[in-house]
Amino acid sequence: MISHFLKLEWKQFFRSSHWQKGIAIKIIMGFFVVYFMVAFLAIGVLGYYILKKTFPVLDPLQLVNSYLLYVVLGELVLRYLMQTLPVMNIKPLLILPIKRSSLVHYVLGKSAFSFFNSISLFFYIPFAVVLIKEGYDISGALGWLLAVVLMTQAINFLNFLINKSTIALGSIVFLLVAAIGLQKFGLFDLTAFGGQFFDAVYASPIYSLIGVVVLAVLYHLNYKKLKSLVYLDEAVSQKVAAVKSADLSFANKLGDVAPFIKNDIRLIWRNKRTKTVFLMSFLFLLYGLFFFTQETYRDMPAFLMFAALFVTGGFTLNYGQFIPAWDSAHYKMLMSQSFRYRKFLESKWILMVVMTSILYLLSFPYLYFGTKIFLMITAGAVFNIGFNSLFLLYAGSFNRKKIDLNKSGFGNTQGTSATQFLIIIPLMLLPMLLFWVFNKFVGYNSGFIVVASVGIISLLLKKYAMNFIEKKYIKDKYVMINAFGKEA
Amino acid sequence: MITIDTISKKYGKAEVLNVAKIEIPKGQSFGLVGNNGAGKTTLFNILLDLIRPTTGTVTSNNIVVSQSEAWKNFTGSFIDESFLIGYLTPEEYFDFIGDLRGMNTAEVTAFIAKFEDFFNDEIIGKKKYLRDLSKGNQKKAGIVASLMGNPEVVILDEPFANLDPTTQIRLKKVIKNLTDNSNITVLISSHDLIHVTEVCERIVVLDKGVVVKDIATSAATLKELELYFSV
Repeated sequence: MISHFLKLEWKQFFRSSHWQKGIAIKIIMGFFVVYFMVAFLAIGVLGYYILKKTFPVLDPLQLVNSYLLYVVLGELVLRYLMQTLPVMNIKPLLILPIKRSSLVHYVLGKSAFSFFNSISLFFYIPFAVVLIKEGYDISGALGWLLAVVLMTQAINFLNFLINKSTIALGSIVFLLVAAIGLQKFGLFDLTAFGGQFFDAVYASPIYSLIGVVVLAVLYHLNYKKLKSLVYLDEAVSQKVAAVKSADLSFANKLGDVAPFIKNDIRLIWRNKRTKTVFLMSFLFLLYGLFFFTQETYRDMPAFLMFAALFVTGGFTLNYGQFIPAWDSAHYKMLMSQSFRYRKFLESKWILMVVMTSILYLLSFPYLYFGTKIFLMITAGAVFNIGFNSLFLLYAGSFNRKKIDLNKSGFGNTQGTSATQFLIIIPLMLLPMLLFWVFNKFVGYNSGFIVVASVGIISLLLKKYAMNFIEKKYIKDKYVMINAFGKEA
Repeated sequence: MITIDTISKKYGKAEVLNVAKIEIPKGQSFGLVGNNGAGKTTLFNILLDLIRPTTGTVTSNNIVVSQSEAWKNFTGSFIDESFLIGYLTPEEYFDFIGDLRGMNTAEVTAFIAKFEDFFNDEIIGKKKYLRDLSKGNQKKAGIVASLMGNPEVVILDEPFANLDPTTQIRLKKVIKNLTDNSNITVLISSHDLIHVTEVCERIVVLDKGVVVKDIATSAATLKELELYFSV
């Protein structure tokens, strides 16, 4: 049975119409995966010694253990945002003599081997090997390894259970932030609490069986939930809640572009994938905190620039790179309507600029880190508005991949993957390079000025750029219609 | 009104369409019939400049469709569900199309009200997204949207498919009204010979991309078509 399923998936993968075209991105993704594997492997092998050297009085294992609860929370957030749930097209299989339970077991079993589950093994396994080599108790170390592997799998299945609930995400983020806060002010130490359990597992490996129980319970819950979904009315046509139409007539003031703006607002709000992009952009707002709080990055202004661009650019980068594929499902219709293509592009541009401006206003608290940081964010915002918005519109004309917003495949609620984080790199490297060159060889302030000027110059040249972009879209019209008409 | 001049379309070596010349005068109701793969949808897509023909041109009201976009102002069309925006409610979709066709909200409401019968209370006020409607109801919404903004040319690809019997009959009435009352040119493709002979004054049969019959509809037409297709 399973071999049948695997064969089907193999064919689906290699016969999908964008496989041939997407080869470049697959290679990049391949490198990405290899990079992570090597990085985790390195940390796994060397982690013990690094910790030993940095904190000579502490036991490395206990140190790792104490942070594992943070890993659990962090992983849940990351998975919620990034992990694609395992999908299988079940509709044609339902009427065949296949047991529903084996379909469910297969889908769940497949998810156990996902990237997110395997990648952490590259850390845990070498770490455990090093522990044994360093004279730790063999059964203790193996018990510990079993416990963390079970923990990863448990997170995997817990993620599926909570994945559709925004409330769950909110609570986890709240819990994470609260734990960090409480720890920082010394009110409650999550690390001590979390450490105790895994220390206990090492001391007496029998405790790792608790993990088996937890995993079994979570798996069973998933199984029950999915099994009830393996019916046409559930999996294929999702429950239809009554639609709430918000009044968007305020957009009418925008004149010609108003219909498109209204449409885009609805597009973003009514589709899970675009909604994720929208909400993510507010998370990106916090991205600066990672960099600006670290002493190490204080001396690496180019990296600060990178962070500054992300602070205001989350929306522009994530939404902009898929223009016009968001509209791929009804692209044919748009192309048979009478409107100037310009209006369509203009509305996307306005959306990106407005969102960047809002994010910029929200970034004012960064003044706390000093005017230099804030200037950097300002320069980044100007660059995002001026250059990146236009560049992404242009880059969009090369989009040939359909985005199926309606997709209601088995368990598929998210389409966000790591792919999109890759395409944005060139957009960030240019300003970083400019900033670095001028900062290093001309002086500190010239870095901001140059990055901001590129933004302002682009903004001034917008009319010409738009003409150029519009022509490119019109020229590629037929190719896009053809590509968007194919199954994703 | 519409002139199809030496239109052909090749994918690689396979030629899927080769039409020497079809003239469709203003106000004609034009039916396109043919088995699967005859090239009906390809021809309609070329008429709408969604696919580039390998050779030839389509002229609509003296405008070459691949050179100017002015024909879009007087052309309404519904080819398939990809003409709908799934995440909108039907009302919002009509507003959107109305906006693009220069109608204000009041005009859109008045226009939609005319189709109350046709919608059979399954489209308006249902608080559902278009993507959640059944195929037939989606089609109803798409067909009505294609009639918005007083088009002079209406192109419908298999409008009768997926519709329930009552709606099929009502749709025939809608199409008849279009052709009777005004100068609207209607182009329809269909697999249903009875329907198409009922609403169309002229029927062209395509086979493997080539025009094999071009008939002015008469009482004998249905028999003639049935004979042709019962191979």
